Amino acid sequence: MDEKLKAELGKQGIFATTLQELYNWGRKNSLWPLNFGLACCAIEMIATTMARYDLARFGAEVFRPSPRQADLMIVAGTITKKMAPQVVRLYNQMAEPKYVISMGACAISGGPFKQGYNVLKGIDRYIPVDVYIPGCPPRPEALIDAFITLQKQIDEQPLTGAGRPRHLNADAPSEFVVPQFGAHDLEPPQNPGVWRPPLVNISPAGKNESGND
Amino acid sequence: MNLETIKSEIEANVPGCRLLIVPNNSPSGQHSLLIDRETALTVARFLRDAAHLRFDYCSNVTGIDWPGKEITEKVKVKKTLDGVEQEVEEIQKTQSAGHLEAVYHLYSMEKKHGPVILRMRTEDRADRIHLPSLTPIWRSAEFQEREIFDLYGIVFDGHPDLRRLLMWDGFEDHPMRRDYVEPDDYEYEPTPHDAVLQRARQHLSEAGGR
Repeated sequence: MDEKLKAELGKQGIFATTLQELYNWGRKNSLWPLNFGLACCAIEMIATTMARYDLARFGAEVFRPSPRQADLMIVAGTITKKMAPQVVRLYNQMAEPKYVISMGACAISGGPFKQGYNVLKGIDRYIPVDVYIPGCPPRPEALIDAFITLQKQIDEQPLTGAGRPRHLNADAPSEFVVPQFGAHDLEPPQNPGVWRPPLVNISPAGKNESGND
Repeated sequence: MNLETIKSEIEANVPGCRLLIVPNNSPSGQHSLLIDRETALTVARFLRDAAHLRFDYCSNVTGIDWPGKEITEKVKVKKTLDGVEQEVEEIQKTQSAGHLEAVYHLYSMEKKHGPVILRMRTEDRADRIHLPSLTPIWRSAEFQEREIFDLYGIVFDGHPDLRRLLMWDGFEDHPMRRDYVEPDDYEYEPTPHDAVLQRARQHLSEAGGR
C-alpha cells in the first residue's frame, strides 16, 4: 500500500495496515526474555530491567522463568562446557518464534577465557544467534540497543518468500543438537549446520588480512 | 613460629615420620615441610591438636605437577673393543618419573600464627598417584582436594566424597597437568603468535587455504 495514501487515510480517521505489519508489530513488541543468566553479564542484564534503564519501555518487562513462555534468550555470560548442553536444551524447549541475543565477549567467542580448557568458544557453535553485543560486560545501553536492533530485524522480515522467518518455514530446523559430554571435549564440538570455523589468513609481518569463509 | 622447631616437635611426637624442609630462597622465605604419605594423617592431627600449635585453619590446598626430567649421566661401562676389555665412559639418558604434589597452607586462628606449609608427593604421575586425604582433619580441604583430583588426578584416600568438581564425570584428562593436550576448538585470535599462530596456519592449510 502506498505510504502517502496510508498517511492521508490516517488523517481521515481510517487505519489501514497489512497482515505482515500487524504480525511483525505484535511479534516485536512482546519479546519476553528467558529469566536466565550465566555470569557477570547477567548482572548488567538485571540492571537493564530495573528502574534506571527500564527495558519494559520496549515491551520486554516480563522475564519468564520457563522456556515455554519465553521468546528471547539472552545468553549473558561465559558458557562453560559443562553448562553448554543445558543452554542448548533450554533453547530447544522454547516455542517458536524464538530469538537469541549473544551478550558479551564470552558468549560471542569465549572472551578472555578463549584458551581455557573448560569454556565454550561462543554459543553460536550450537544455536543460531540474531544479535551479538560486544563488551565485557556490555553496558545496559548496549543491551537496549541490541534489543532495538532485534526489533528492527523482526519488523523487516517478510512473511513469505525466501527471507521469511524460520518458524514460517517448515523445512528449517527448530531444535538443535544438544552436545554430549565426551571423554575429552563436548560431542559434537560444534553444530556444522549452524557454525563453521572462520578461516583467517594470517601473515606474521603484522599485516593481517581478514579472510573470508 | 620457626619451621625447624615445628619439625623437631613433630619428630618427637610422631614416631616414624620422615620430614624434610623444602627451602624457599625467594625474599618471602616461606619454607615448607615435606611430609611422608604414611604418617601424614598423624602429623596433621598433631599440628591441629597440640596445645601450643593449634593449626585449626587450612586456608588453601593446591596441586603442582612436576613432570619427569631427562637426566644425563656419565657412566663408566666395561666393553670389549677389538677383543680388549676396556672401560669406556658413556652418556646415559634416563627419564625420571616425576611426581604430583599437594600443598596445604595452615594457619592458627586461636594462636594467631602461621602459615605452615605442608607438602605431600605421590610416587609418580602414572598410576601410583595416591595421597592420604587431610579432609578428616580440616574440613575446608574437601572441595579443594576434589579440585586437585579433578585437575591434577591425585587420588585422595579417605576423602568422603571424591568426585570431579569442575569437569564432568566422563571427562578423562586432567587439564592442569603439564602434558595435557587440549582439544582443537579455537581457531582465531586477532594477534596470534606461537602456538596459536601455528594452529591458525594449520587450519588454513587443512581447508586448502590461499
